[in-house]
Amino acid sequence: MTVPAFRMAGPPHIAPSGSVPAIMRSVLLALIPGTLAMILIFGWGVLINVLIAVAVALPCEALMLRLRNRPMEPFLQDGSAVVTAVLLALALPPLTPWWMPAVGVALALVLGKHLYGGLGFNPFNPAMVGYAALLVSFPGQMTVWLPPTIGPSGSLGLMDSLHYALSGSLRGGLELDALTQATPLDQIRTGLGLELTVGEIRTEPGFGLLAGAGWQWVNLLFLAGGAWLMHRRVIAWQIPMGVLLGLAVPALVFWTANPDQYAPPLLHLLSGGAMLAAFFIATDPVSAATTPRGRFCFGVGIGVLTWVIRTWGGYPDGIAFGVLLMNMAVPLIDRYTRPRIHGRGKPGPGTGERS
Amino acid sequence: MTEAVVRLTREGLWTNNPGLVQLLGLCPLLAVSNSVINALGLGLATLLVLVLSNTTVSLIRHGVRREIRIPVFVLVIASFVTVVELSMNAWFHELYLVLGIFIPLIVTNCAILGRAEAYASRNPPGLAAFDGLMMGLGFAGVLLALGAFRELLAQGTLLNQAELMFGPAGEALQLTVLPGYDGFLLAALPPGAFIGLGLLLALKNLLDQRRAQPRPILKAARPGQPG
Repeated sequence: MTVPAFRMAGPPHIAPSGSVPAIMRSVLLALIPGTLAMILIFGWGVLINVLIAVAVALPCEALMLRLRNRPMEPFLQDGSAVVTAVLLALALPPLTPWWMPAVGVALALVLGKHLYGGLGFNPFNPAMVGYAALLVSFPGQMTVWLPPTIGPSGSLGLMDSLHYALSGSLRGGLELDALTQATPLDQIRTGLGLELTVGEIRTEPGFGLLAGAGWQWVNLLFLAGGAWLMHRRVIAWQIPMGVLLGLAVPALVFWTANPDQYAPPLLHLLSGGAMLAAFFIATDPVSAATTPRGRFCFGVGIGVLTWVIRTWGGYPDGIAFGVLLMNMAVPLIDRYTRPRIHGRGKPGPGTGERS
Repeated sequence: MTEAVVRLTREGLWTNNPGLVQLLGLCPLLAVSNSVINALGLGLATLLVLVLSNTTVSLIRHGVRREIRIPVFVLVIASFVTVVELSMNAWFHELYLVLGIFIPLIVTNCAILGRAEAYASRNPPGLAAFDGLMMGLGFAGVLLALGAFRELLAQGTLLNQAELMFGPAGEALQLTVLPGYDGFLLAALPPGAFIGLGLLLALKNLLDQRRAQPRPILKAARPGQPG
């Protein structure tokens, strides 16, 4: 029997929760239920997007590692590129031409990650860099969603989805507009523009018991996966709770004041990418804040910004911009939330006490 | 004399390029490089101002007191910018409207004041004019490269709206390089300018590195790898 080497990390001597590959594997596992729900509800296009994104991510990662003269194997096998690719693919609409996930992932990994120095050095969440670049460049394609359906009747079959992904057009001369439907968040935006009340909008097709039909289940399953990650201590609770509170509290305040003009908090929490962002995107350990209080502030910032963009902004969902804006604020947050060193006074932001 | 000319040429176009090495005048460089024609228009205007201001500053260099030289240089530059602005308004009115505020803003282009202070105020007029020409060409070259990169990526065309610059005959110059291209809007937006300039800088540094380090050294850096 060999005695394990006594490895001493820096204080405070608590073993880290796992290696990068282990963390990435857990994240991918926790994404499975929500992803399956998305495939079931929005059709095969979701799966095709994920596969294309992963297939492009690995060569991109390998190319950049080679250009930067870095060892190939440990970085390719740590799964971080796959997680970025999957997160970006899940944020895309289910029906996209093949080059959309490909371009998005290439931009995410090349511009968002490796040009800043690779894993551990990127100030911005790579998946959201790719998403924001696509949303700004192709606003038309990025807001086209299929109606949520369960079962084979409504959404496109596997071959139809593949055909669209490869050729950018539907089989049998079908127009895309005949199939697509606005997302619930979009419906609320246009409805409020037509001077309908939120209550009236929610009687339209596309809404379910809690939020958008279909969307609510996707979000609940991502919530379940995220709760498992929190239970396993893969992610800290501060960021997801911060995001959800930041989204729910302003929604609650405004909804109580004027329920006709503002969507209820539960609808915000279970719409769009709220849960995916709270548990999987905002918790990216590289680009998020690192101190416990800082993580909470970071999460709250994302939540509030998302709510503000959803309510008053020009885009249907604000998660990508919320995350990117808060990424920019991370150095400041970390500076002002530095924890007190045991036995010393309160660290001011200007004292520069580092060790 | 010829030695100085060669040195000025190399410095202006490459080793001390205002856009890629001095990183001066980035505001117009980033803002106006969204198409080849815009870039060409602003590049030529800047070039003209640079040559004229360098010559004038050099001519008056013995008569200007050190303490007030900067305001005098700015005054000289501003006069020439006004001349260029009025001429463009008269003869290239459409292009003038497209470039808008960035023509008067040439006054604040640090590359021009920088050359007046660093070179023209210490050298004879002939050399100063040549320095202005080379620096201007270097700046216009970077503008054109960035403009071509962004226009190609954003619309798949080159020299779109060439009639703004060359009159009705310019329409024939318009090139559609990628027919049926969807367009990548990001390249035409401000982020595309920053990304494009970053890539250009990287390319220039890479070329310089290649030239400075011939093969043996590149190979010597490799053995650290296992295998």
